[in-house]
Amino acid sequence: MIGHGKEGFLLREHLLFCVLLLAVLLTCAAVGSVSLPLDEAARSIWRAAAGRPQEEGSLAASILLPVRLPRVLCAGLVGAALSLCGGAMQGLLKNPLADGSTLGVSSGASLGAVIAIAFGISIPGLPFTGTMVLAILFAFLSLLLILALAYRLDASLSTNTIILIGVIFSMFASSFSSLIITFAGEKVKTITFWTMGSLQGGGYRNAAILAGALLLFGGAILLHCRELNAFAVGEDNARTIGVDVRRVKLRVLICVSVLIGVSVSVSGTIGFVGLVTPHIMRLVFGPNHRRLLPATIYGGAIFLMLSDLAARTILSPRELPIGVVTSLIGSVVFIYIFFSARRG
Amino acid sequence: MLTVQDLTVRYGKLTIVDRVSFSVERGQWLMVVGPNGAGKSTVAGAISQTIPSGGQVLFDGRDISKMKRRELARRIGVLTQSHYVGYGFTTEEVIRLGRYAHSQGLLGRSDGDGEEKVQAAIRRTGLEPFLKQSVLTLSGGELQRTFLAQLLAQDPQLLILDEPTNHLDLVYQKEVFALVREWLDDGGGAVISVVHDLSLAKSYGTHALLMDCGRVVAQGTVKEVLLPERLNGVYRMDVGAWMRGLYRQWLEDGL
Repeated sequence: MIGHGKEGFLLREHLLFCVLLLAVLLTCAAVGSVSLPLDEAARSIWRAAAGRPQEEGSLAASILLPVRLPRVLCAGLVGAALSLCGGAMQGLLKNPLADGSTLGVSSGASLGAVIAIAFGISIPGLPFTGTMVLAILFAFLSLLLILALAYRLDASLSTNTIILIGVIFSMFASSFSSLIITFAGEKVKTITFWTMGSLQGGGYRNAAILAGALLLFGGAILLHCRELNAFAVGEDNARTIGVDVRRVKLRVLICVSVLIGVSVSVSGTIGFVGLVTPHIMRLVFGPNHRRLLPATIYGGAIFLMLSDLAARTILSPRELPIGVVTSLIGSVVFIYIFFSARRG
Repeated sequence: MLTVQDLTVRYGKLTIVDRVSFSVERGQWLMVVGPNGAGKSTVAGAISQTIPSGGQVLFDGRDISKMKRRELARRIGVLTQSHYVGYGFTTEEVIRLGRYAHSQGLLGRSDGDGEEKVQAAIRRTGLEPFLKQSVLTLSGGELQRTFLAQLLAQDPQLLILDEPTNHLDLVYQKEVFALVREWLDDGGGAVISVVHDLSLAKSYGTHALLMDCGRVVAQGTVKEVLLPERLNGVYRMDVGAWMRGLYRQWLEDGL
């Protein structure tokens, strides 16, 4: 089969990426406004993982473990989720310019977060903040609305209709967010941060929720690699070789919207990572989703951890919005790789 | 094998295909002919369940609208006239996708004789030199052969070819038709082709369905259907005079 057995991601490639991922995670956790030597950071994390106490008053006890490590974990997980969503959407819609935000789900989730902050909505009795619940809820509602509108226009849920409705909805949700921001008074800074993305508030609880969502819904996307290959070759062709086009499309879109909803609720809208990571990985690993999607997950995690590191350190002690960094780094890297691949 | 009863396709108030009925048996190559707008491709789309339709299509007595997509793909395969592949998959990857309907389980374990079918399809279409090449670098004819190989790997019992050689030069036209004839002669099943070229229809078809304005004008063996007076009526011109004119010059030049 396409991507069958040996055509999938190889064990040694998994190992290589895992080592790289750990190295980047350690570096990002150690480096910042106050830096620790790498070996000390590694020892502290190891000690914490083994359940042993940290030295009183050490940097590890005051910064590394309570603040920086959860933030880096969130960055990695958000990067992995957004990139996976981008990769899946680019295959599903056979459109290299698609990513999670193409559907409008990203803007919808963002609108939910903005409403929660502006109106101070919190859900009593739930361990999560109102922001997260509303972001996920709005991501879902956006997807339902977009699919319902697309279905009314075209019962076969064709790709073009979904993209068209998604783009229009995205504009609507963004302008509605801006409207609320205009009237939000002193809360504006927080909201601006939400729309440009930030990982400042990333704690262990958020990381755990992200990891759970990635495992469940990211795993479900990975089970559809063969179908995504068929979609990427062409939707009509997918139908004639036996893919239940509508069902697969709905499943993947639902998984993508949940992952986007959770990611946006943790880090706001971070642009470019979902668009650029699958592109770069496709140039290296080819378009077969059996190889492309695992590579995209690793690549996205590494890319966002490094972007967050740059956002924290370039103008330290000032912090740049992470969306600015991902777009700057992403576009330069993308142009370089794209042109060298074309020339090669 | 395939029985089509009162097949009707409407776009809004417009009726594109109007109560079309016919049947195809194993070993037959049915040529669907008629002028532009006759509803030929719509009939092909409705049979392959890509266009919603009324009426009934039965495969070996079973209603195909009640079949799952994989079940349907194991019985009916489709080759269309043009393909635009979004990404640089290799020729081999595209061909192997043909086995999708036969794979099982969530991870898509391959079926028993899958590899054999894939290799046979590659051999038959002569695509060995192109297997590792990106489909984006193939010529129109090579790409069409790739999708024909995918179709052969899919191993359906009925092939539906919707003007598969429209954009191809003479060599590839001949090649595609010869390959399909070979498949049919090997006991593959049956073929339904939508064609514009009446000469190809006459040379390769065993049976024909002549359509005009969404309706069936005549059906039967090629000899029975493709009669000059009938074609003149449907195409609203003297078809014979036009074709004789086309070939006269060639014959005079000793072709």
